[in-house]
Amino acid sequence: MNNLWGDSLSGFWSAWIIVITLGSIGLAFWLLYANRKTDKTPDTHGNVDTTGHAADGIEEYDNPLPSWWFKLYVGTVIFALAYLVLYPGLGNFQGLLGWSQESQWEEEVAAAEERFTPIFAQYQEEPIPELAKDEEAMQVAERIFLNNCAVCHGSNAEGGYGFPDLTDDAWLYGGEPDNIVTTINQGRNGLMPSWQQLGEENIENLTQHVLALSGNEHDAERAERGAATFASVCAACHQPDGTGNQALGAPDLTDDAWLYQAPGQSLADSIRQTLRNGRNGHMPAQAAYIGEERVHLVAAYVYSLSQED
Amino acid sequence: MRHEIVEKNVGLLAVLILVVISFAGLAEIVPLFFQKQTTEPVEGLEPLSALELEGRDIYRREGCVGCHSQMIRPFRAETERYGHYSVAGESVYDHNFLWGSKRTGPDLARVGGRYSDDWHRAHMYNPRDVVPESVMPAYPWLFERTLDGQHTADKMRALRELGVPYSDEQIEGARSEVRGEQEITALIAYLQQLGTVLEGTR
Repeated sequence: MNNLWGDSLSGFWSAWIIVITLGSIGLAFWLLYANRKTDKTPDTHGNVDTTGHAADGIEEYDNPLPSWWFKLYVGTVIFALAYLVLYPGLGNFQGLLGWSQESQWEEEVAAAEERFTPIFAQYQEEPIPELAKDEEAMQVAERIFLNNCAVCHGSNAEGGYGFPDLTDDAWLYGGEPDNIVTTINQGRNGLMPSWQQLGEENIENLTQHVLALSGNEHDAERAERGAATFASVCAACHQPDGTGNQALGAPDLTDDAWLYQAPGQSLADSIRQTLRNGRNGHMPAQAAYIGEERVHLVAAYVYSLSQED
Repeated sequence: MRHEIVEKNVGLLAVLILVVISFAGLAEIVPLFFQKQTTEPVEGLEPLSALELEGRDIYRREGCVGCHSQMIRPFRAETERYGHYSVAGESVYDHNFLWGSKRTGPDLARVGGRYSDDWHRAHMYNPRDVVPESVMPAYPWLFERTLDGQHTADKMRALRELGVPYSDEQIEGARSEVRGEQEITALIAYLQQLGTVLEGTR
C-alpha cells in the first residue's frame, strides 16, 4: 500500500475537500450532541420542559430523541467515516481498499478475458471452411454478426439497398475466406465515378448495354451502340466482358445481382442513376471494434451463409 | 429556545439552508473546475468544424439527447459494445454537454466511423428501412432543409469566449463552409466525429 495518495488534485483542493467533508460530518455530529437531551423527569413542580411552541394552549414537550433514531444517526456517521477510510472520497486519498472505477473495469475485463480468450484462441486456429461447419462456433458467430453487422447487412444477412447481400454468390471483393477476413478487418471503400459528362445519349446506350450483359430485357440497338463506350470507359474496372474485378471491388455486371436497386425502382432506372451520379460504398473497418479473433469467427459465419444448399 | 429564532425568520432559515446544501457542491463540484483531468482536452481533441457544429445544433434541436446518451460508463458490458469508456477530457470543448441520461436508443459517444454516411442517411430518412424493429422516429425534413450559415460564425465566437480554441480563419470561413449544405449532411458530419479521438482503444 504505497500509493494511498493520488495526484489528480492539487494539495490545496485535496485539503479543501478533506476539510469540508470531515468538517460537515463533525458538524452534523456536534449538532446531534449539542441539542441532545436525556433527562425527561419532571422538575420539583411536576412540570416537564417544553420547546416553547404553543398552539391554542397546547404546548410541545421537549422530550429526548427516540433512541432508535439517535442510534441510526450515529450509525450513519460511523458508516460515512468507515466509507471514507476504505474508498476514495477524501481529496487525493485513495482509500485502503485501493478501489477505483478504472480498476473495477480492468478486473471485470480481465476476468472475461480469462474466460473467453481460450475459446476464441481455439476458434482462431481452425481454418474458416472447417469452422463454418462447427455448429457451436456458428452460434457464437451469429451473435457477433447480429450485434455488429446486422445493422447494415440485416439480421438475415440479405442486405438491402446499398448494403450487400451476404447469402448469395455475388462478391464485390471475393468470397474466399481470406477475402472476407480482409474485408471485415480493414473495411472497404467502393467508388464508382459519375459519368454525367458522357451525356444522356451515351448513358442511355450504356444502360441498355449493361441490361444486355445480365440478360435482362433491353433495347438491342442501343445496347449495340453502348458496347463501344463500355469498352473505352467501363471495361477498365468492370473488364471487357463485364465480369468485374474483385481486386478493385468492381461488381460483376453479368450475374444479375444488383446492389443499388431501390425498392420500387426499375432496374434500368437504377443503372441510369448509377451512371449519372456514381456510387460510393463504404464498409467501416471492424478490427478495432471487435478484434481479430472475433473477425475470424464472424468471417466463418459470413462464409457459411453462401456455402449452404 | 434558540431554534425559535431560525424558525421564525424565513430569510435566515433560507440562508442557513443554502449554506448547508452548498457544502456538498463545494466539496464535490468546485474542485472539478481546477482539476487537470476535467479541464484539459485529451490529446488530439479538435473543436467541432463549422459544419459539425451546425450538426450538433440539429442534434440538439431534434432532441436526440432525449433518447441517446453520449456517455460510456466503465463497465465491461458497455465497453464491449461501444468502445473505450468516456473520459472527461473528451468533453472539454462541449458547451453544453450532450451526455444525456436516457437510452431508448444506443449510446452514441463513439458512433463516429461505426457506420457509413449512406447508412446514416438511410437510417435517418426512415430507420425501419435498415433496422426493421427500430422505434426511432424518421427525420425526412433534414433532407429538405438547407443551412444558410447566418449565425455559424456567431456561435463559434461565443464558444471561443468559453475557451474553445477556434482560429480567426475558421470563424471567417464558417459561413461559406456550411451555406447550402443539407441539414442531414451537417448532422452526419457531427455524428461521424463523435468519440473518434480515442478510436480503437478498448
